[in-house]
Order: sequence, then structure tokens, then C-alpha cells
Amino acid sequence: MAARGLDLILHRAQVKLCDKLQAKTQSDGVRRPYKEVIDVFQGDLHRAGMKPLTFVRQVLAACVYPPLINSSNLPLDVRQRAQEELGRCVGGSVGSYSAAPGIPEIIHSISEFIKRRDGGIPSHPENIYISPGSQWSISNILNVLVNREASPRTGVLIPVPCHNKTVLSITQLGAVAVPYYLSEEQGWALQVEELQRAHESAKGVCNPVALYVINPGNPAGYVQSQKSVLEVIRFAWEKRLFLLVDELYQDCVYGENCEFVSYKRALSEMGPPFSGTVELASFHSVSKGFSGECGLRAGYVELVNLDPAVMKHIHTLFSKDACSPVLGQIALNLMTDPPKPGDPSYLLYKQEIEQIRTVLVHSVKKVHEVVNSLPGFSCPPIEGGLFAFPRLHLTPKAIQKAKELGLQPDTFYCTRLLEEGGVFTGPGWEYGQKEGTYHIRFCIAVPQDVMEELLRRLSSFHMTFMKDFS
Amino acid sequence: MSQQAVNGVSHRGRVLTLDSMNPNVKRVEYAVRGPIVQRAVQIEKELKEGAKKPFTEVIKANIGDAHAMGQKPITFFRQVLALCSYPALLEDSKFPEDAKQRARRILEACGGHSIGAYSASQGIECIRQDVARYIEKRDGGIPSNPDNIYLSTGASDAIVTILKLLVCGEGRDRTGVMISIPQYPLYSAALADLGAVQINYYLDEDNCWSLNITELRRALSAAREHCNPRVLCIINPGNPTGQVQSRQCIEDVIRFAKEEHLFLMADEVYQDNVYAEGCQFHSFKKVLFEMGPEYSNTVEMASFHSTSKCYMGECGFRGGYMEVINLDPEVKAQLIKLVSVRLCPPVPGQALLDLVVNPPQPDEPSYATFMKERTAVLSALAEKARLTEQIFNTVPGITCNPVQGAMYTFPRITLPQKAIDKAKELGLVPDMFYCMRLLDEEGICLVPGSGFGQREGTYHFRMTILPPTEKLKVVLQKIREFQLRFTQEFS
Repeated sequence: MAARGLDLILHRAQVKLCDKLQAKTQSDGVRRPYKEVIDVFQGDLHRAGMKPLTFVRQVLAACVYPPLINSSNLPLDVRQRAQEELGRCVGGSVGSYSAAPGIPEIIHSISEFIKRRDGGIPSHPENIYISPGSQWSISNILNVLVNREASPRTGVLIPVPCHNKTVLSITQLGAVAVPYYLSEEQGWALQVEELQRAHESAKGVCNPVALYVINPGNPAGYVQSQKSVLEVIRFAWEKRLFLLVDELYQDCVYGENCEFVSYKRALSEMGPPFSGTVELASFHSVSKGFSGECGLRAGYVELVNLDPAVMKHIHTLFSKDACSPVLGQIALNLMTDPPKPGDPSYLLYKQEIEQIRTVLVHSVKKVHEVVNSLPGFSCPPIEGGLFAFPRLHLTPKAIQKAKELGLQPDTFYCTRLLEEGGVFTGPGWEYGQKEGTYHIRFCIAVPQDVMEELLRRLSSFHMTFMKDFS
Repeated sequence: MSQQAVNGVSHRGRVLTLDSMNPNVKRVEYAVRGPIVQRAVQIEKELKEGAKKPFTEVIKANIGDAHAMGQKPITFFRQVLALCSYPALLEDSKFPEDAKQRARRILEACGGHSIGAYSASQGIECIRQDVARYIEKRDGGIPSNPDNIYLSTGASDAIVTILKLLVCGEGRDRTGVMISIPQYPLYSAALADLGAVQINYYLDEDNCWSLNITELRRALSAAREHCNPRVLCIINPGNPTGQVQSRQCIEDVIRFAKEEHLFLMADEVYQDNVYAEGCQFHSFKKVLFEMGPEYSNTVEMASFHSTSKCYMGECGFRGGYMEVINLDPEVKAQLIKLVSVRLCPPVPGQALLDLVVNPPQPDEPSYATFMKERTAVLSALAEKARLTEQIFNTVPGITCNPVQGAMYTFPRITLPQKAIDKAKELGLVPDMFYCMRLLDEEGICLVPGSGFGQREGTYHFRMTILPPTEKLKVVLQKIREFQLRFTQEFS
């Protein structure tokens, strides 16, 4: 677990390789089976070829360059919206600092969004902080939780597999990441017995104070059922754990009979004693979902049941970070308060959202179909999130070759896939997996034609690879 | 669920309490957005609700935010950024060709040609190359390697990142970081958060807030008794003091850093904000290299810049960078790991930085307007700097050093003993008491000097020189009137 951070160096090398290959294919005329690299390493919709939402970009442009507010080339609601957003910026400019937790009206809008989403359960603006991306808030909250002077060290339970940013934050703060394994056989389900085992395993090693949950998952594409969410909350209550819930993919749910259940809502509906005592931090962002605006860096945390005295210090902590980028805050507002039926931009907005949704639903079906049709490759149904995390059943020969090269077996596979197949994916080792199992992760939010090409290349490469190492 | 749970309602009790939380976080303070600002916000709320006060608006002269005070953005920058945000505008004939060219180049460097894609954690490569070229041009040709440039979410982000790398050790071995008194409180906040030892070196108020090597030596040797001093931070031009260091002084500091084996952190975010005659910005990097290989090959340094200040004032974009010099390659590997945790700096901020380091050239259509706007901002600031010093020095009880650069004035106020006693009674630091009264009576929000550090027994406040000239004159007048009243009341 601790060694995982080292692969960042390898990742940089791979990114450089990817760029080099991209440049080479355009310049050196060498015959390769691909024209350009398909980069699906990150959960980055735009990089993968998906388009930004027109309404969002029109409003942002008008906010950045206010003369556009008088331009008849932009729909009326865009212009009005830009005017409203600018009216909330100090000095009427997106270039001024906002209040440290975020622009007050945007925070209010987020609290209304949460309230609507959660069937009317109130959300209080004072408990919401906007930050440059969700990882920023996660680090800040972890920073408050982790007492470096404590002995034994602070522990945080994390899922395996798990995207590595939060794990890095935990270890950088001097805390211990305590893994709990999601059940691959059960479609990556989170099982309370496993939480129990993990919590037990921490005895004598560290003092677990928090439980980090990702729902819908990353990289594993599960969506927790209502029952599962309630079990986890109960577990957190029993074991006195602070709940850190990463809900970035709440808009990305595809599985039949699957539904996103917000931890806040579930907690509230459980009633006392849980609802008034379990401390919860839930995170969301403008990077995923349909917006896909990773580069704008805006996310928020909603804090529930925290000690008011601690909240004061959290406020100061966020204050010294100045504020989140204003354009990102506005994008966040547009996400939580989009065009409504009757607005001039509504039809196009709805159409673009539907298009993205169709692509995602189609992608997860195709990936599941194709991967499961290949020998040595398997994948449970992808219920939600933005990634596929299929399992590689590598032969001893392949594993041996990887060892010889000083690489993890799935890293070896991914490197070859990049060089020979022109597809940039992430090795399972980076996310954690059961010993002796291998996986790859790739983003499934790609346009249909790109997905077809991706799967074609992947199949072709995989067959060759399995044959070479049979 | 209650908005604020009052007491622990059940036997369970909270996980996160004042006792269990990270003790370092409890020590973090940030005066610029501290209690006085909270009071100002409260007053603004009351005004909105129709409360009657001796003023109709709160003037927030506490924060270095130019646009908040009415300064206009640079047209060219906003045009390019609009084009980047909504590329369909590239077809719009109302945008100049040079803006479109810049936008196309930036978009080409973005994943999926969108500013919404993640960039590399270190920042978009071609932008880092542009930053390196800018530094080379600024520093008379001294080479700058793009690999040593790290784009960041404002300069603050880069400053905290470097401190995270540098702070280590336990007890007597704990890293000590030298910072100027007065200082910009991000530094003290970051040091508290990281549990580093803050080593204060006092700037010389009687000599225009100049930096004294003797004082550095004193501070360092005292610190060696209880910690392991490894870092020397310097803000030039200074915040809050506005002093612009002479070239000689910078050389002396570099020599000192080398002798004492200290890592230099040079905060140069105000590098374009130099007003006083006879003053000039000298970059630490330039001076370092001009001192020859004995220094340029050995002194470890990080210098910081941002899009928030100078003539752009684009605080809300959170653009910035640092250039690292002579960093150990293994440390650089750790640095990459650190910056990757938050994925990447905001891409619009990176794009803006690219324009700042690569502005319109004389042969380009937007040049004339750009230069006009830039010159207008900087000359207005210079005028306001002069005006502020002049007026404050006519007020009995206020003395003000020349505002040589940056965006602030940090005048010294003489408080009558009775006022100091009253403050103590109320449990307030005397200059906080003064500033709170000023806020309540005149609606002017300043930051008390205690938030920045000052010599024992002296009191100051920090005011920005950013309000438009006419408003600034009114503010200065009101402060003068308040000072006289206050002194009278507590005589």
C-alpha cells in the first residue's frame, strides 16, 4: 500500500511516452496500427473527446468578457445568467477574490440543490465549503482529523480498489490507510463483514477515526444500495468513525435497479440517534457528471453534525487558501442550477445531457460485452461511475516477463497496450487489488466512435498479448 | 437534523472534537480574513437590512483585491480567456486576430482542446516554456529551465507546497523558517499548520522597513538554540510594508543564505508594483546568477509569482507559478508527488498566466490598448501610493513610511495609554480595538498590525491603496478625522 506512490514516477514516464507517441504518429510517418493515442487514463470527459455543455461555456465566456452580455449572438438566458453571476462577484468581476468558503449566493444555491436532491431535507449554507476540486476539501478535512502527535497514529479506512489521490493525502499527513476490500465476485460490493475485519486489523497498528467511501465507485463501478448505505452508517456509528463520502459520480448511474442514495439523506432518514450524531463530510465536484469541467477546479464539501468549535477552525483553514477559482464556482452553480423548461437554452442543454447519458449507457454495455467475450479478461456489469475496471487473467509467462522487467504485471500490460495498441490506461496496481489479481482501469466517457475504436484496439492487442504469453 | 448540534446528544460523543483534532490546525490564524472582516460582513448585512449607520457602505481596504475596488481587467486577457471558454467565438469578427491566435495556441495544448480537461500536475508544458522565456527576458538572458517551473493555484499554493517539502524533524531538530516581521500572514498560518518553528527577523521601521543582515544573524543564532533553521523567506516588494529591496541587500541576503545553508523562498508577486523613484525590482534569481557559479550552483531557492497582483489584479483566477533552483533531483520527485494529489492548477489561471508572460507585442493589433491599460493601472497605483504617504504623515499620531511598492501602507499609530488600557479591558489587542472602532464609526475595514507582526509596544494597521483615487482621498480623510477623535476621547 505504501509503495503505491512510487508509481507516480512511472506514470509521468507513461504520460511522456503517450505524448511522444502522439507526436510521433503525426510526424515520423512510421507505420503503426493507430493514428493517435486514445487517452482514457483519467476520468476526464473532455480529454476523451466529449464536448463541454454549450450553456455553461457561453455563460462563462460572457462572465469573463462582459461586453458579450450585449451580444445578440448569445441566447437571452445566457446573457441574463451571466449578468446575475457577475452581480454576485465583488466589484462585478470574476477576477476578484470571493469569500473564502465561496460566493454566498452560490453556496446557497448548492444548499438548495442538495435539499431538492434529498427530498426536502434541509442543507445549511454554513456547512458548505467550495474548494479548487474535491481533493482539496478532502485534504483539508483529513488535515483536521489527523493528529500527527497522536500515538498510536491516526488511521483512515479506505476501499480497495481506490483512486490513489486520497490515499496519498492520508499518507502524506502521516496517517495510516487501512484497506477494506470490495468484493469483486459480488460486483465490487461493500460488505460490512469486511469493514469489520479491516477495523479489527487496525488494533495495535493505528487508531481508525474515519471511514472513506466512494459511491458510485472509482475505479470499481458499483453503486451502493440503500441497504448498503444504511449498514455503513450504522457501522460508522458503532465504531465511532467520521464518514468521508466521495459522491462525485452521483450523476453517473446506469445499472438497472440502481439508484444513487445520498449518505446525507439516508443518515437523516435513519432518525435519532444516528441522524444527530454521525459526523459526515460529503464531497461533490464539477469535474465529473455531465459537466466534465475538471480543469476549472471546483468542488464542495457539505459537513454534517460537526462540533461548532471545530467548524470555526475549519473556516480559518479554508480562509488561508484564499478562495476557489471564481470561474469554477460559477460552473458549479450552473451545474446545481441549470436551465429550466421554458428557458431559451433548455432544449439544447437537455439534448446535450441526454447525448452524454446515451453515450455512457452505450459504453458500459459495449465494454461489458466485449471484455467478457475475450479470453483472460472479465468484468462485472458497470453500474455507475466513469470507469471500467476489468480483470486480467494473466498467464504465468506474462507475469514472469513483467518481473524480469521490474514491472508489476498489470503495469507491464498497460505499457504494452500504450505502445502497441495506442490506448492509455491505468494499471490496477495503482488502485490496489487483492494479491495475485490484475486489472486495468480506463474511462468509459468517450464518444461512440472512439469507444468502438478503443475496443477494437483493445481486443486486437489483448488477443496478441495472450497468444504471445500463452 | 439540527443546524448546529448543541451538545453530544448521545453516549456516543463526537469523533472530531477540539481535543481530538489536529492541534496544529488550532494554531492557524489568518488576519486578512479574520475577526475584523467577519465584523465588516456583519455590518454590511445590517446595512442591507436597512440599519442606520454613519456611513452607507463598508470600504474593504483589508484585502489586496484590485477588481473588488473597481480596477478594470486588461481587455486583451479577458478576450483571450473568453475565446478559450467558448471557442465558437473564434468565428466572431469582433475579436482581434492576436487574441484568437493566443486562444488557439492555448486550446491546442489542452486535452480535447478544452480548458475543462485536467492538465499535467506541473502545468501545461507550453505555458511553462513561455514562463521560462519570460523569466529569461526579465533577467537579462539568464537561462530558465521549464522543468523547474511549477504552475500553481495562486502563489500561496506553491509557497505551502515548498514548505511542506522543507518542514521535518522533531523537537530541537524541527525545521525553523525565518520570516520578516511584519509578514504576510499566509506564512505564519502555513507554519502553524505544518508545526514548523517560526523564526522572526524584524524589518527596520526607522529605515523604510529595510532588511538588516545583522538582524538576520541575531534571529538565526537565537533560533539555533531550539530548532533547526533551514529556510529564509523574503517578500520583495514587501507585504505589508511595501519596501523594495536594493540590489545590495539582495546580494547580502543570498550571501547570508549560502553561509548559513538556508533555502531561500523569494515571494515576488508584486514585481511590477514598484513606484518610488530610485527603486527597482531585482529578481533574486538574476542577482543569484550574477554573483557567479559559486552561488548560482549551490544556493537552493524557490521564487514565486502570481496573476493576482501587479497590473492584472486577477485574484479570482488563482494563477501562479514557482521557479525552483538547485533542487535535489530526489526532492523534485517528491515535489511532483505532492502537486499531483490535487491533480492540477486551474486551467483558466494557467491560460491567464500564459498571457501575462506573453503579452501583446509592439507589432500586434492589441498592443496599443494593452499598454494604455497597463500604464494607467500602474501610474494610478503610484499616485495613490504617494498620496497615501503624504496625507498620513500630516495626521498627528500616524507616521507612514514611503510606499515604495506592492499595494499596501502599514502606518504606525500612536495610541494613548487610556486606549491601550480600554482595549485590555475588552480583551482586545490595542490595534484590533482601534480598527474595530474605525470600522464601526466610519465603515472602513483595515487589518490591525498585530495580524502581521510588529515590535512589542508598537501598533500599526494595514490599508490597501486600491480604492479609486477620489474614494481613497475620502478614506484618508475619514481616518484622519477618526484618529483625531480617538486620540481626544482617550486623552
